[in-house]
Amino acid sequence: MSIDVSQFHSVFFEESFEGLDIMESGLLSMSQGETDDDTVNGIFRAAHSIKGGAGTFGFNNISEFTHGLETLLDQIRNGQREASHDVIETLLSAVDTLREMLTAVQDGSDIDTEKAEQVSNALEQILHGSAAESATTEEELPPAAESIEVETADSGVQPETQTQAQTWLIKFKPLPHLLQTGNEPIRMFHELAELGDLSVEVNEEELPPFTDLDPESCYLSWELTLSGDVDEAAINEVFEWVDGDCELSIERLEQYEADDEQAITTAEPEPETEQADIDEPVVPDSSLMEAETAEAPNVTEEVPDAIEAPTTTEVPTATEAPAATSTEVTPPTQAKTEAAPKKKAVTPDASIRVGTDKVDSLVNLVGELVITQSMLGQIGDNFDVSMLPQLIDGLEQLERNTRELQESIMRIRMLPISFVFNRFPRLVHDMTSKLGKQVELVLTGEQTELDKTVMEKIGDPLVHLVRNSLDHGLETPEKRLAANKPETGMLKLNAYHQGGNIVIEISDDGAGLNEEKILRKAIEKGLVDPNESLSPDKIHELIFLPGFSTADQVSDLSGRGVGMDVVRKNINSLGGVVEVKSSPGIGSTFTIRLPLTLAIMDGQIIQVANQRYIIPLISIIESVEVDLSKVNKVTGKGELYKIRDEYVPLIRLTKVFNLEGGIDNLEDGLLVIVDCEDYKVGLFVDELLAQQQVVIKSLETNFRKVKGVAGATILGDGTVALILDIPGLMTMHKEPTLVKKISTARVA
Amino acid sequence: MANILAVDDSASMRQMVTFTLQGAGHKVTVADDGKQALDIAQRQSFDLVITDVNMPVMDGLTLTRQLRQLASFKFTPILVLTTEAGPEKKQEGRAAGATGWLIKPFNPEQLLATVKKVLG
Repeated sequence: MSIDVSQFHSVFFEESFEGLDIMESGLLSMSQGETDDDTVNGIFRAAHSIKGGAGTFGFNNISEFTHGLETLLDQIRNGQREASHDVIETLLSAVDTLREMLTAVQDGSDIDTEKAEQVSNALEQILHGSAAESATTEEELPPAAESIEVETADSGVQPETQTQAQTWLIKFKPLPHLLQTGNEPIRMFHELAELGDLSVEVNEEELPPFTDLDPESCYLSWELTLSGDVDEAAINEVFEWVDGDCELSIERLEQYEADDEQAITTAEPEPETEQADIDEPVVPDSSLMEAETAEAPNVTEEVPDAIEAPTTTEVPTATEAPAATSTEVTPPTQAKTEAAPKKKAVTPDASIRVGTDKVDSLVNLVGELVITQSMLGQIGDNFDVSMLPQLIDGLEQLERNTRELQESIMRIRMLPISFVFNRFPRLVHDMTSKLGKQVELVLTGEQTELDKTVMEKIGDPLVHLVRNSLDHGLETPEKRLAANKPETGMLKLNAYHQGGNIVIEISDDGAGLNEEKILRKAIEKGLVDPNESLSPDKIHELIFLPGFSTADQVSDLSGRGVGMDVVRKNINSLGGVVEVKSSPGIGSTFTIRLPLTLAIMDGQIIQVANQRYIIPLISIIESVEVDLSKVNKVTGKGELYKIRDEYVPLIRLTKVFNLEGGIDNLEDGLLVIVDCEDYKVGLFVDELLAQQQVVIKSLETNFRKVKGVAGATILGDGTVALILDIPGLMTMHKEPTLVKKISTARVA
Repeated sequence: MANILAVDDSASMRQMVTFTLQGAGHKVTVADDGKQALDIAQRQSFDLVITDVNMPVMDGLTLTRQLRQLASFKFTPILVLTTEAGPEKKQEGRAAGATGWLIKPFNPEQLLATVKKVLG
């Protein structure tokens, strides 16, 4: 029977990558001087598991590479070596290399052996560099030492040259506690019997009187004679596990030449009778023990057959089986590892690891749903009006079940944001050393949960913002000292839930946005009129404009031409918003607000004429009754509404969507102020209806893209309502002619 | 066939061990670490325990020592899986009360051979 271990590969890769993340974050916290035992043990364990797994699943180069890493970590763990800066940097690069190697193996591409060797050498150098711990190091270092032991086969290969029929006398006297190690003499005798002709003689001299007998102790000793094609190593292997728990002597008897078999048979009748007398309560499972030992001598005459039987029936004997299996098995696994890279690796399906508690709660809820269903079924069977209250109860229960089920399902897709946050310690570590800055990264709210899809898409924008803070926001130690700030800058990443949203803040205590520079740049690029006077907030907003980049030279670190506009665009495409607050000399904070999930959102239902639309709740700032005195008509640009000190464009949805019968008089309706990218917009609606969670259905997959509409949803009464796309509406509002064309086309 | 408790913090090893032993007709219960295994062992007895050594929460040797304290595990064979083949490591395992060991990396066939050696 051969088992294809490749089926376990995907789990191995998954856990190895997780292990690497643990190692990385552990090493980073060590580099900041937090060296506690748990961290070091965790790092060691991760390396250890990767090595073990890689060996088991046939990735020998990875296993070998990890060996040096593990040895070094072991020394740190045991306090034999100090985790100096250089050591940690080398370990970090080893983690990177290991990650690359694993990725290569997973993708079926070639491993960059040159790089692996370099890092490997660096590790070796550390290991051998200091003479102090050379004693332990040398002993552990050669990977060969281990693999020899592993291949039990090696001991089995030799006997063929050495052994002929020979006879061994084995004196075996277990210490009383032997049974308590879980070892059973009878099992060992069985093993011996598979090696050759075995005869067993028991010595019960030390057996105490029954009343003094401790059934958990072993009082017996044995003399065994084993003859056949057996070498000493094979016998030793049988007793390997009890070495130290028994007195054992193995000696080779004079060659019996041809008549050795006869010698055994003649030697045997005596013990046979004695052994049959063995008292039952000698050993705990005495019945088995006695029966078996008593049988053994009887069996001896048949043993020659018995020996052959095991070998043919594939029952592995101590010497032969490992030899057989390893010669048979090892080549295929090697062949497999060689062949595997050529085969195009199948990318594993994206999977989510879900806590069992979440699954349990789902199972629970489904159970409740079934109960509700059967309850409603019963009511329906013979319904009459008197049962109305029960029906209403049942429906309420159904509603509750459905809602809980929905929440539970959504929770399955939720992952803690630490998945994204975890990459930052390394990023900050690497970047600060390149930039010559000192920065402390503080992560809070890592357990805040977020939909997996949103999580995947928010990673890059976050990286960009963090790089930006490190590169432009935080100052060098000299500048900080000059500005009376602590040498080490602070970069905070925080996440928390607010309403149906997740808020992520990236704040630093750096220099803040350089308003003067931003303004100058914006004027240079023609984004701002030189005569315009802008409030600080407006100036800060400029950095999100397309084509804006203040970096004097595009640095390697904060992106090549990819600006904040892309960050904003990406976040907007997730239905989120990003804004910045900055004070000169004190620092800046970027705040990202995202919906928890892309599939469901909180919506405000509005009525316009005879239509109902949905505005994403996240974009609504406020709703106001219109004060006609604050409405300004601007020729060619439509209407503006002055709210506090701001003018916002007023969009009449009836006009945009060319609806008839809606409210015309501004005082009779409501103005909903919404966020539209960088601006505020007032949407004029007839009235506000309910707020509810809506499931977003894509219009594109079911129909086609429609301007001003982000999607559709089905309301409680079964009708379809369109979800408004505010930026889209804005552009439609700006090009009224286009709208006209569309609407006339529709009429026609 | 035998009722086996397999303890390993590595999911891939758990999977491999489980699959191999189940393929040979054994019933396998798994635990992620020593603590979990001990909790299971307090409610149920097994014919054989196979445990990794280096695990979080509770390592395999502590688990072995704790199991030996339980009446139902006094004589149960306990195999430790170890990558450390040095004699002191083996001695440590035996001092903790382990029956024997299997040195990593091992292939499914080696695992079955060792299990057979223990179970007879």
